[in-house]
Amino acid sequence: MKKFETFDGLVVPLDRANVDTDAIIPKQFLKSIKRSGFGPNAFDEWRYLDHGEPGKDNSKRPLNPDFVLNQPRYQGAQVLLARENFGCGSSREHAPWALEDYGLRVIIAPSFADIFFNNCFKNGLLPVKLPADKVDALFKAVEAGVGYKLKVDLGQQTITAPDGTAYPFEVDAHRKHCLLNGLDDIGLTLQHVEDIKAFEAKHRTAQPWLYA
Amino acid sequence: MSSKTLYDKLWDSHVVRQDADGTALIYIDRQLVHEVTSPQAFEGLKLAHRKPWRTASMLAVPDHNVPTTNRAAGIADPISRLQVETLDANCAEFGIVEFKMGDIRQGVVHVMGPEQGATLPGMTVVCGDSHTSTHGAFAALAHGIGTSEVEHVMATQCLVAKKSKAMLVKVEGKLGRGVTAKDIALAVIGKIGTAGGTGYAIEFAGAAIRDLSMEGRMTLCNMAIEAGARAGMVAADDTTVSYVKGRPFAPQGANWDKAVAYWKTLHSDDGAKFDATVELDASQIKPQVTWGTSPEMVTDINGRVPDPASAPDAVKRGDWERALQYMGLQANTPISEIKVDKVFIGSCTNGRIEDMREAAAIAKGKKVAANVKLAMVVPGSGLVKAQAEQEGLDKVFIDAGFEWRDPGCSMCLAMNDDRLEAGERCASTSNRNFEGRQGQGSRTHLVSPAMAAAAAIAGHFVDVREW
Repeated sequence: MKKFETFDGLVVPLDRANVDTDAIIPKQFLKSIKRSGFGPNAFDEWRYLDHGEPGKDNSKRPLNPDFVLNQPRYQGAQVLLARENFGCGSSREHAPWALEDYGLRVIIAPSFADIFFNNCFKNGLLPVKLPADKVDALFKAVEAGVGYKLKVDLGQQTITAPDGTAYPFEVDAHRKHCLLNGLDDIGLTLQHVEDIKAFEAKHRTAQPWLYA
Repeated sequence: MSSKTLYDKLWDSHVVRQDADGTALIYIDRQLVHEVTSPQAFEGLKLAHRKPWRTASMLAVPDHNVPTTNRAAGIADPISRLQVETLDANCAEFGIVEFKMGDIRQGVVHVMGPEQGATLPGMTVVCGDSHTSTHGAFAALAHGIGTSEVEHVMATQCLVAKKSKAMLVKVEGKLGRGVTAKDIALAVIGKIGTAGGTGYAIEFAGAAIRDLSMEGRMTLCNMAIEAGARAGMVAADDTTVSYVKGRPFAPQGANWDKAVAYWKTLHSDDGAKFDATVELDASQIKPQVTWGTSPEMVTDINGRVPDPASAPDAVKRGDWERALQYMGLQANTPISEIKVDKVFIGSCTNGRIEDMREAAAIAKGKKVAANVKLAMVVPGSGLVKAQAEQEGLDKVFIDAGFEWRDPGCSMCLAMNDDRLEAGERCASTSNRNFEGRQGQGSRTHLVSPAMAAAAAIAGHFVDVREW
C-alpha cells in the first residue's frame, strides 16, 4: 500500500444518500479474479448510457453527460463529497478498489456503512466523516466554484478549504498509522503470533468441539 | 460480576489482545469462503508465501456464479467459470473442504453453513459477504468482511476490530397469520432506516423472536446488514440446540454435552446495558412490501407509494423522487395495485425449507397469473432442494407454473444468467432492492416468500392474510 501523503485535491460532489456498493461497482465486474482495473467501471450504470460488461472497451462507450463524474469541471477529482450512509450494502472490496483505481483518495460524507468504511483503509483510501451541516456547506462551495480543491492532511487530521476554513476530523490511531506508513495489517498482526497461539491453546481447552 | 449482553460475551471470549485505543485482535472460529471475494485473498497469501493458519476452520462453496438450470453443461460464461475453477484450485491447493457445484451439499454459503452445523453457538464467523450476519441467529458473532480481511483471517486466524455499540431490538407479542420473520426485518428497517444500525451489533429479542424457528431467525439476522448493522444475533435456546443436533459438523458425544452447557449461557444477562433499544409490537406488523430503491423505502400491503412532497427533508425528497422515477411508480398508488412481471423466491434470506413450504402453501392448486412472465423458485442448497422434493413441494410449484431451479444466489444479485431485463418489475424474497441489483434497470420489491408466491398467482401484490 502506498503511503498517504498530504495533498490538494479537486472535489467532485455526488449529491445522493445511501449510495450502495452495487452502484459503485455492479456485480458483473466482480467476476474478475484480480484486484486492479475496476476504475473504468466505477459507477458504471450511472456513468455510461449502455450496459457494461467485463472485457468491453470502456473508452468507446457512450457517457452519460448528466452524471457528475462525467462533467469536464470534475475531471481529475481526487476527493469525493457524498451524503449519508455512503457505501452501504454488499461487502465487496471491489468498491474501494474501483474508487481508488478511478483516482479518488478521500471520500467525505456525514456517515459511511461499516464494512465499506473498514475496506477503504485497507486500500489507501481515506473516508472522512464530517457533520452533516459541514458537508452541506462543502456541497454549496463546490458547486459555486469551478476548480474547488481541498487540502487533506491526515497527519494533522484536518481538511482545509481554499478560504482557510479548517475542518478537523477523527480517525482511529491504528488506521492512521497504517495509512501514513503504507502498512498492511497482516504483517503487523503476525508480530503477535505468540499471543494468537496462546489464545488458541486456551480456547481449545475451553471449547474442544471447535477443534474436533 | 456485572451484567453482560450476548454481544459482550461473544466479544470477550474472542479477544486475543487489545490496544489502549480499543483496537483488538479477535480470534475467528469459522471462515466461510465463496468464489467472488476469495481469489484476490488467496493470491495475496501466495504472493507473500503464506499459508492458511487453520484450514479446518474454513469451509468453501461456489454460489454467486453457479447456473440454476442445466448444471450438467457447466458454466457457460467463461469469466464466471474461471472464478469458480479458481476457487476449486485454491481449495485443492490448501486442502480446504469445498462443496463443489455437483455436490448435493452445495448451496448459498449462508444456507449451507448452518445446514452443515458448521455454524455453532458461541462462534465467531466471518465470510467475504455482507449477509454473514445470518449466522448470528445461532448466538454467534458473525459479520461480513472485505477481501483484505479474508486474507488477514486466512493468514492469522484473527481480525483487527473495534467493538461496536450494542442495540437491542425487542419484538414482543405474537405475529399474525401470514406475517413472517421477513416482515419483522423489513418493519425494523422501515423504523430505524438503512443506517439506523450503523456502528451497532443488533440483538433481536422478545417473545416474537423466541417464537421464531431457526429459519426465521436466520432471515431476520440476515437483514441486520440492511439496517446498517454488520452483525445481528439471537440468544441460544432449545430451538437453537435442537436445530444443531446431529448435523455433520456439530459436536458429538461428550463434547456435545459440554457444548450445550456452554451454549445455554449465550444470552444477555438480566440488567445488561444496551446503547440503544428499539421496540416493536409483533401483532401490529403487517406483510411488508418495499416500493423504492433502498430497503428502508418500505410500507405494508395496505399502504400506498408515498408522495415525495411529504418527505421529511430535501435530501430524502430527492431520493424518493429518484426512486419513484427509477421504479416507474406514481405517488399514492396503492401497493396492491402494483403488477409484477417476474417473481423470485430464494436467496440467503429466504431460500430455506420453511420458506419453500410457506410459498408452496400459497401456490398449491393455483396457477401463476398470465401477466407474470417468469416465476422461479431457487432452493438455497441441494439439501433444501432434496427435502422439498421429498415433501412434494417441487410438484406443487411446477403444477402452478413456477420454475423449479438448482441452488445458488441466482437472481438476488444476478451474477449468473438469472436476471431481470430493464424495466421489469419483480416480487423478490431477496434482501436488496438497489438500482440495478437484479439486472440493469431492474425494479425490485422485497417481500416474504408467501407474499411473493401470492403476487405470482394474483399478478399483483395481495394481502396473504386474506389468502
